[in-house]
Amino acid sequence: MRQLKGEIGVVAKADGSALFEMGNTRVIAAVYGPREVQNKGQQVNSKEALVRCEYRMAEFSTGDRRRKPKGDRRSTEISLVIRQTMEASILTHLMPRSQIDIFVQVLQADGGTRSACINAATLALADAGIPMRDIVTSCSAGYLCSTPLLDLNYIEDSAGGPDVTVGILAKMDKVTLLQMDAKLPMDTFENVMELAIEGCKAIANYIREVLLENTKRLECQRG
Amino acid sequence: MRDLQLSLNQTRRSLAPAAASAAAVTVEDTIPVNDEDNILKGHGTSDQDGEVVATLCGVVERVNKLVYVRALRARYKPEVGDIIVGRVIEIAPKHWRLEINFSQDAVLMLSSMNLPDGIQRRRTAVDELNMRSIFEENDVICADVRGFQHDRSLHLQARSQKYGKLERGQLLIVPAYLVKRRKQHFHHLKQYDVDLILGCNGFVWVGEHVVVGENTNKMEDKPSLSAEVENFTPLETRKHICRLANAVRVLSALGFTLTVELIIDTAEASVSSNVEINNMLGAEFYVQTAEAEAMRRADLLRKKSGSR
Repeated sequence: MRQLKGEIGVVAKADGSALFEMGNTRVIAAVYGPREVQNKGQQVNSKEALVRCEYRMAEFSTGDRRRKPKGDRRSTEISLVIRQTMEASILTHLMPRSQIDIFVQVLQADGGTRSACINAATLALADAGIPMRDIVTSCSAGYLCSTPLLDLNYIEDSAGGPDVTVGILAKMDKVTLLQMDAKLPMDTFENVMELAIEGCKAIANYIREVLLENTKRLECQRG
Repeated sequence: MRDLQLSLNQTRRSLAPAAASAAAVTVEDTIPVNDEDNILKGHGTSDQDGEVVATLCGVVERVNKLVYVRALRARYKPEVGDIIVGRVIEIAPKHWRLEINFSQDAVLMLSSMNLPDGIQRRRTAVDELNMRSIFEENDVICADVRGFQHDRSLHLQARSQKYGKLERGQLLIVPAYLVKRRKQHFHHLKQYDVDLILGCNGFVWVGEHVVVGENTNKMEDKPSLSAEVENFTPLETRKHICRLANAVRVLSALGFTLTVELIIDTAEASVSSNVEINNMLGAEFYVQTAEAEAMRRADLLRKKSGSR
């Protein structure tokens, strides 16, 4: 597992924000809301909050600097994945007639961006004081040269082996996200999945520490 | 700069009483309760397999049988009677919509506020057409919370002379948990000739003092230019406004609860140590304020233990 670093309160104007690093992957997340629904047409159920998510990769985040169009298919897909994963843990029924916006921006991409985004979004949502069922954490795992690997970086990822991204609710032990882009035999898959869940739990412990420290700091400053 | 950061961190650490932070929880922490006494689960808690689990990051509070989590950095939760400051974002038929840092926009009905002429009567179609002459978009308004309507929308009212449009001053937005509910939210700081309104929703207004009941005269004065010049805020008052506003900024950045006394003390401290208004947001003054607060809290603790 690469080194983790989480920092809360990096965007002054947002209701909640966080910076999350997994090794060289670095992601910033900002949460706005719950606030008034901006586009009433998008609201399906007025008894629940509407969750929206936007994922973007900064132009300088990858090795080759390339201008990417805003609505490309990869980022739309990841936005959707993050939105669904976070929505599973947010208690949307407590915030009727409102919307929650999550913006995640990749500052430095070195593999596992979607895991890092989910972890950053969790921190930011907790900072914004949005009620959640559980902490969602995510971690990727792969299988190269007949060894399961945890938390792949860009080089390991581009070697072409299978890449399994898992998102879990840490305490309830439920899977909210599972993505794999290759074929794997059943028994190896189980090993890899097992490893990824271990990774998620380690991240959950770290995130909990960060949050607790932040809460204590705020409380004792307030006096 | 590094040194300053370090000393600030040390001051912050010395602010931390160990006992106070024991009740802090994060999302999905289990809150210990006695199973025997049937407890009531309040805000920020949920039931998972018979355990009480926090759904927010905050501090556990217990009132008799009720257990709830008080969130720190969260949006404002309105309660009936709260005095709030808000900004008009839309004029709609018979009401204004206000941004008040809540999960929805608040509604101020034309019928729930005093008309500028001060006469109690039914609002006519003409009044409705003249709504923009009372409040326009982006005006800052002070009002109180009337309650939730049947459709769960939040309604405000401004039925007294002290409520209404706020002019000639600064609006500061601070986290809502830093403002505590008090008896008094309007403050007239006589020594500065400044009004300070601590809105419960975390919107703080610092502006020139207005004499209540003067409103009607002002309306008549408006067209003439000389009157406008006469009504001009003096430079001295503007400086006071800026100094107090910066004091609020410093205190909210440090995360201290905002009280009038603390704000005045901070502003006074900046005067007595010859800190210019524009230098108040520099690192030195942050450290100085944090140290002063640490001293004050230590004194309080000593007094408390002394009285016991």
